[in-house]
Amino acid sequence: MKIHASAAAIALPRPKVLTAYFAVLIILLYLPLAVLFLFSFNNGTSLSFPLQGLTLHWYEKLFDSPEILRAARNSLVVAVVSGSFATILGTAVALLLTRFRFRGEGFLFALAMLPLVVPIVVLAVALLVLFLTAGIDRSLWTVAIGHTVVALPFVVLIVTARLTGFDPSLEEAAMDLGASYRKIIVAIILPLIAPAVISAWLVAFTVSLDEFALALFLAGNEPTFPVYLFSQLRFASRLPVMIALAVLLMMGTLLLVLIAEWIRRRGQRGAVVKG
Amino acid sequence: MLGQRASFWALYLPPVCWVGLFFLVPIVLMFALSFRADMQGDLLSLWWPTLAQYEAIAAVGSYWRLLAISIVMALFVALLAVALAYPIAYFLVFRAGRAAALCLVILLIPFWTSFLLRVMSWKFLLGSEGVINSFLMYLNVIAEPLSGMLYSRKAVIVTLVYVWIPFAALPISAGLQRIDSDLLEAAADLGAPPSRSFWAITFPLSLPGVLAAFFMVFIPTVGEYVTPLLIGGSQGSMYGNIIQDFFTKAANWPRGAALSMVMLAVTLILVAVAARLVNVRRLLG
Repeated sequence: MKIHASAAAIALPRPKVLTAYFAVLIILLYLPLAVLFLFSFNNGTSLSFPLQGLTLHWYEKLFDSPEILRAARNSLVVAVVSGSFATILGTAVALLLTRFRFRGEGFLFALAMLPLVVPIVVLAVALLVLFLTAGIDRSLWTVAIGHTVVALPFVVLIVTARLTGFDPSLEEAAMDLGASYRKIIVAIILPLIAPAVISAWLVAFTVSLDEFALALFLAGNEPTFPVYLFSQLRFASRLPVMIALAVLLMMGTLLLVLIAEWIRRRGQRGAVVKG
Repeated sequence: MLGQRASFWALYLPPVCWVGLFFLVPIVLMFALSFRADMQGDLLSLWWPTLAQYEAIAAVGSYWRLLAISIVMALFVALLAVALAYPIAYFLVFRAGRAAALCLVILLIPFWTSFLLRVMSWKFLLGSEGVINSFLMYLNVIAEPLSGMLYSRKAVIVTLVYVWIPFAALPISAGLQRIDSDLLEAAADLGAPPSRSFWAITFPLSLPGVLAAFFMVFIPTVGEYVTPLLIGGSQGSMYGNIIQDFFTKAANWPRGAALSMVMLAVTLILVAVAARLVNVRRLLG
């Protein structure tokens, strides 16, 4: 059987073509980002060739620009708040979907997943209407509320996947020994799903950090970083500094996502060993 | 049992209240707003429901044209992204071998970096004094900058395809992974040439993943407004941009609300079609 399998694999046409295709596509995917990276070190204000020599000037200037740093700080605050809310609410939904039988289970799942499919522009203007009807001024809080809704489906999916992955016998044993439901959740389930919850938080955090479409409508006088970046696109001379910060932010987001993925995989490996 | 019931409500009420208050209520409010004749008076004041906005929308051909154009653009984007992602998914599942996990991470890194930044980078690439033009002029390939690369529907489509390719590869490779390798071995044993076994086995069996990828790109793209705003300009705007305009520049919220309801209806129809064609739970395993 083994021999046949590898023979079949070798016989399939032009394996090199596929590898080359993958390589070319990866290069194309990275090229625009590489160009941004390159121009963040360019000693000139316009984004055009030839390069004017390398400099760290834009990165230095970055730390002298209070509005930029303020916008970045705003983004971090919104991401921490909305990431935390989304994680708490999404974990609750995941627990309900996997550990309780009740009428309206399908409804709850659909409700939690809907923000994924409703066009962001529609959700954005709907929230705008809500806040203005209720007389709530736009602020970082309104952005955080919107981001919580958008991040919720991701948390539900990640935590549900973990909860369906492990054996419920520990919970059953605890229940037989008379532990209360609340105690089972706090003392058994939550520690077991902790890696998934942390990774869900990081994903929700990065979703918020990067989110622009909702924030553009919901941010008041305090812009988040993407909204600020967008507002500065008109001013050519500000561009290199913005790109420098964008590059830093990109690296930061990437690092977080890689950490989230690493934690999630470690958690999964743990689950296999325990199961 | 009482404890279980208390735990249930403690878990149930916060998310349902949150999503109800900040997701369902806003959409219901928009629905109500779309039956308002104008913006006169307070947002909370009562009004006689009227179909005036929907009648106005029905009468203006350009809204429908833009909606149709947005759907066609999304169709192009989804088809191109899926077609370009398919060989990648195939490579990851059948060719990459031990390097598959690493290749997947390399593929997804651009997707994990900022969406706005990836879209913006295309603005800098395509502009008339942008990276591509200046590079070609620097190399003396062209004397005059190529104009019209930016601010067009084509530019929007190219950018969106670029943004979606890594994402589209995920459901396709999930679909390919579910194919029983015994089938391929049996085909090889029976002397089927590789191209035949691809078209007779691999491709048909990968269709659920392909369909999932198609809809996961198609549905959000129909309602897209950020990419046309940055890349499309006035020549390349999409339906989402007119909704945005009615809530910002034009400040005619009832019209914008009615247009949003049309968009929402189109989206939900597409989701319903997708849900019929794709068994999401099976694909997730």
